[in-house]
Amino acid sequence: MSPRPIALAVVFVALATLPFWLTGDYYINVASQILFYAIFALGLNILAGYAGLVSLGHAALFGITAYALAYTAQAGFGHPIAILAALVAGLIAMAVFAVLSLRATGIGFIMITLALGEIVWGLAYRWISVTNGDNGINVHTRPMPFGFSLEPPAAFYYTTLIVFVISVAAVTMFVRSPLGVALMGTRDQPRRMNALGFHVWAIRFWACMLSGLLTAVSGVLFVYYTQFISPQTLELTSSAEVLLMVISGGAGTLLGPIVGSALVVIVKSVVSGYIERWNMLLGAIFVAIVILMPEGIVPGSARLWRLAWRKIGTSDKTVTAEGEP
Amino acid sequence: MNFWLLLTVNSITFGSLLFLVSAGFSLIFGLMRIPNLTHGSLFMLGAYFGATFVGGMLGLTFNFWVAALLAAAMVAACGAALERLLLRQLPGQQLAQVLVTLGISFIVADFCLMVWGGDPISVASPEALTGFVRAGPFVFPNYRLAVIVIAIVVAIGLWLLLDRTRLGAMIRAGVDDPDMARVVGIRVSQLFTIVFALGAGIAAFAGVIGAPILTVYPGIDQYMLPLALVVVILGGSGSLLGSVVGSLVIGFIYNFGQALLPELAYFVLFLPMLLVLIFRPQGLFGRFIP
Repeated sequence: MSPRPIALAVVFVALATLPFWLTGDYYINVASQILFYAIFALGLNILAGYAGLVSLGHAALFGITAYALAYTAQAGFGHPIAILAALVAGLIAMAVFAVLSLRATGIGFIMITLALGEIVWGLAYRWISVTNGDNGINVHTRPMPFGFSLEPPAAFYYTTLIVFVISVAAVTMFVRSPLGVALMGTRDQPRRMNALGFHVWAIRFWACMLSGLLTAVSGVLFVYYTQFISPQTLELTSSAEVLLMVISGGAGTLLGPIVGSALVVIVKSVVSGYIERWNMLLGAIFVAIVILMPEGIVPGSARLWRLAWRKIGTSDKTVTAEGEP
Repeated sequence: MNFWLLLTVNSITFGSLLFLVSAGFSLIFGLMRIPNLTHGSLFMLGAYFGATFVGGMLGLTFNFWVAALLAAAMVAACGAALERLLLRQLPGQQLAQVLVTLGISFIVADFCLMVWGGDPISVASPEALTGFVRAGPFVFPNYRLAVIVIAIVVAIGLWLLLDRTRLGAMIRAGVDDPDMARVVGIRVSQLFTIVFALGAGIAAFAGVIGAPILTVYPGIDQYMLPLALVVVILGGSGSLLGSVVGSLVIGFIYNFGQALLPELAYFVLFLPMLLVLIFRPQGLFGRFIP
């Protein structure tokens, strides 16, 4: 039996039992954060990794979803309607973003998404009569699916875990589906794909929509987690942070964004308790990743691992390219 | 009437500052094709260095202009090192360039916070320029007018450098067609270092010049970077004329937007950038589509 299913089973069991062996609400909350940021990073990875389109505007989509949810919840609609409205708002915003930014690729795509992100942030920040500016909007309650309260950290963690597992499964299926393979084709050889009869623009558009859906889902989890939304969430820095999760973990791999999310969230919320200069540490980690393993942590360590196996002289048949789809 | 005139002068002053920040950014973007997300950090680093030199350090206080040039030289050296040691290793790898420039900007921001603390530092404008100019019923602060003059001098200097010297011709060749420039024997990678250092130096100089107007505070890097980006996208990367026109347009939009449409100020600021990207991706005066 290859080591991969065993490793997956071990990780799954560890995640499923996490509230039992990780004591303290604080750490369970950190785990929830890692999971919903991982969903966000998985969404961005569809574009940045598999489509070769780097977006610096995803925090705006995340934010639009969050604001939509906060509004509808505040207006007195129930949570199911609020969640639905938020997801629809996120998807509509993504469609607009995609139509505008898919006119370009490469740096052009980065710049258009950045401009869109800044416009949305500017509105959230300055249009105080609508968004309440820096004071933000509160969401007072969490939903109660089937009568279970999501207020305790462990309950929220399990909800996030379920959504996370579904998201990972969806992304895995997408990447292995004909559409996913075609998407990677448009990343590597857009002109050849076009000549082969694929509609490059449409493939990219649907990839954007899937990315937007995952972003919106993580946005919903985020609002219910913090129960608050303010323009800070939409800043360019937030977009950059998620992009850093994707790139540092390994763009275009399934595992990469999850590892990247864990890295950034742990440095931000746990290590920052011990080291005052954690921002500097995070920056140094990114620079080190670029120098040591430019392809990201997951493919990079897989490469180093294979190299080590070969050095020892053992057959590397059992070691597959971890993280590769 | 006075209100409009003052707003106009402020717009031109802010546009002049933006020109100083974005001229280097535009050259770096145009020649090296990299999104240099450290540019705001270089501006901030220059501003903090300048504030330290003017405010006194180890018992020495520097003249404002000496401080500005010294800060520019120091940051230019940092920029050259950054290009040589890091960016040089990553030609054409956009994701890695984004990661490394953002990483450096995190480090610089935290470094500044560690050394200079979180409180804003105000810098006195040079004594010779503290007064006002009276023209009939209107009053203009001397320093703001001086900033405009400085920007014009730098613009002319850059134009002479790019248009009248051998180095400038090589840079222009590199912007237009890096591969062909290499074929005819121009060492484009050496130009990269020079242009990066030059761009970093001008940004730092702008940081010191802007300090008496903006004050220096943590977060000014993230304030300046998007503005410089808007200017460069609007004007077209690698074009000096584009930087001049772009900065003036954005200077006006920013100041008039803040005064007339405070709620939509950022919306009207970034909208032109979006329209240009969609309808004229090379920018108003750009030579190539990034």
